[in-house]
Amino acid sequence: MTYLGMPTAPPGVGQLRGSEPFPAAAETALANAQLRRNLANATSHIRAKRAAVVGEVPDWQQLRAAAAAIKDDVLAHLDDYLVQLEARVTERGGVVHWARDAREANRIVTELVAATGSREVVKVKSMATQEIGLNEALAEAGIAALETDLAELIVQLGDDRPSHILVPAIHRNRTEIRDIFLAQMAGVEPGLTDDPAALAEAARRYLRQKFLTTPVAISGANFAVAETGTLAVVESEGNGRMCLTLPRTLITVMGIEKLLPRFGDLEVFLQLLPRSSTGERMNPYTSMWTGVHPGDGPQEFHLVLLDNGRTATLADRRGRAALRCIRCSACLNVCPVYERTGGHAYGSVYPGPIGAVLSPQLTGVADNASLPFASTLCGACYDVCPVAIDIPSMLVHLRSRVNEDKAAGHRLPGVEAAGMAAASWAMRGPRRWRWLLRAARLGRWARLDRLSRSRLGRRLLPPPLSSWVAARDLPQPPTSSFRDWWAGQP
Amino acid sequence: MRVALFATCLVDGLFPDVGRATVRLLRRLGHEVSFPEQQSCCGQMHLNTGYPAQALPLIRRHAQVFGNYDAIVAPSGSCTGAIRHQHADTARRFGDDKLAGAAETIAARTYELSEFLVDVTGVTDVGAFFPHRVTYHPTCHSLRLLRVGDKPMALLRAVEGLDLVELPAAESCCGFGGTFALKNSAVSQAMLADKVAAVAATGAQVCSAGDSSCLMHIGGGLSRLRVGARPLHLAQILASTRTDPALVGPL
Repeated sequence: MTYLGMPTAPPGVGQLRGSEPFPAAAETALANAQLRRNLANATSHIRAKRAAVVGEVPDWQQLRAAAAAIKDDVLAHLDDYLVQLEARVTERGGVVHWARDAREANRIVTELVAATGSREVVKVKSMATQEIGLNEALAEAGIAALETDLAELIVQLGDDRPSHILVPAIHRNRTEIRDIFLAQMAGVEPGLTDDPAALAEAARRYLRQKFLTTPVAISGANFAVAETGTLAVVESEGNGRMCLTLPRTLITVMGIEKLLPRFGDLEVFLQLLPRSSTGERMNPYTSMWTGVHPGDGPQEFHLVLLDNGRTATLADRRGRAALRCIRCSACLNVCPVYERTGGHAYGSVYPGPIGAVLSPQLTGVADNASLPFASTLCGACYDVCPVAIDIPSMLVHLRSRVNEDKAAGHRLPGVEAAGMAAASWAMRGPRRWRWLLRAARLGRWARLDRLSRSRLGRRLLPPPLSSWVAARDLPQPPTSSFRDWWAGQP
Repeated sequence: MRVALFATCLVDGLFPDVGRATVRLLRRLGHEVSFPEQQSCCGQMHLNTGYPAQALPLIRRHAQVFGNYDAIVAPSGSCTGAIRHQHADTARRFGDDKLAGAAETIAARTYELSEFLVDVTGVTDVGAFFPHRVTYHPTCHSLRLLRVGDKPMALLRAVEGLDLVELPAAESCCGFGGTFALKNSAVSQAMLADKVAAVAATGAQVCSAGDSSCLMHIGGGLSRLRVGARPLHLAQILASTRTDPALVGPL
């Protein structure tokens, strides 16, 4: 299905869909005590760091409003800005490619790498290439892609999947990382300890060799400036800069929403992003490049502009603000659901609250139907979002899209839809409603509260009560409703 | 002041004590309370579960029932939130601008209990007496949708005899989330376990909140784990006096 006729991200390629619905995947994750400890430690640490550095900025709310306005302008004039970007990049010696979806992007990149003759590429941490499953596509063509971001490297060596946008190995502790290095990293010292400095040093030695010998790099982009054709990557480790400067050929894969109209707009975003993501005032490395400079840096530059469901997302007036996202992951770190389940439960490379609104829009809601419901609507995500995406309202909107989509496929309403319709019918008639409240007293006679307190009693209760009483006792139903009490007052 | 009570469907059907306490409290403070009997539900469950078309008739009913009142008080942060932030928007989505206008007028006159007491009547000491150790869970929608801030705590601090203990990680969601508690039962339970542990750590006899829904969830967990703390709505504590105490006994 498509939304307003726009193609969504195709299935069977990349990582935007999970193999099971969120509640089932979450149950698996919740059973892992080590995972929950790792996540609780990491998210509470980064939450406190973020809150401290955001608190230092007196005009934070104005910055958020400015960022939202700039991104909304980009989304409203995406066609113009993209063409402008293409013209500027081309003028400066770069080559621009347009990819409708993951398959097309993977084909373009694979052909570009193949044309260089290299069988190896080094990679800058990039969500877009994770989204489209680029590494797998390159592997099929016999090209080895090496992740150079430390956490991505841990994930890659562990034959694992990232569980966080910014900290992809957040679900691993340092002992687990040492074990992965010992098992998978070529040439590692056998006496490696789990001291963070020793782990970083081992990775540095391993990667340095690759930086100096690999002729092709692949990156994503945090921002692209339409008026100048400049691309920007922000990072902490400097490994990205190695990839962006040493190889002969650089290929950048970028979602079409990553645009900023003017160079000056970076001023807003370079304040918001590091404070929101790592809780730092400034990130250590900000790399910018514009086309090709003879004798300096990569001599061949390709920019692949990726749609993969973004235009479909743009078509939904109530959902399109998800495209403002700058992938800071502040919403993951404050989300009480993410904190307990981790990222894998979401199935997509975009986990947490932003994933719950972005993934279903990129794929079409039918393929990620459980994600909009994976939230209590507590609102913590909206409070911290640096581009002020009203995620709770968007989740509610997407829930209705999921329900409409389900209803469209069936002649009869499902159990839930029928229950909701019945409740609405009963509540809109005052007389019916009064009788229903009186009937609720049957629960008192049936001693539902007592049933909920005994193991045997709980087995007798039908759904949805059975789900409720799994962890909660029921209150004792009252002798009369409030309205009956009111009516009986002197 | 003349006040219309929007009891909410949950209080009306399952927690009438909360409605009675709200009436008693408002009358004690000198307000004339009415209960428009044609009221039912704000439609929040339908809206937040993704059934806006089923919520629309409830929004329409709410607008008909409460259209002529100057002040409407609800003992719920999330129902007030739905009225204030979702009613007009939903009406507009279905092309009913007239209803949207009416909903906006009502939204501007609808207050969550602590907002009404502190903002509208300017009172923090309501003359209550409640000699017990209490901890307070600020519910997500009162906190982040209504921004009630410190108002419930200010009201509790002014209650005679009340020993208010801070709840650790108070601003973390309890895991209720309406139909979330059923659809994502396992995650909801994991969140509830942490909330119950936090309440237990305070040693409080009573865990209070401004929403009966979240309290039903937290209270169910407290009861299941035999924590020995009892859930009690903010209105019940504020209504409590020496002569008419809110009972604190075994669950």
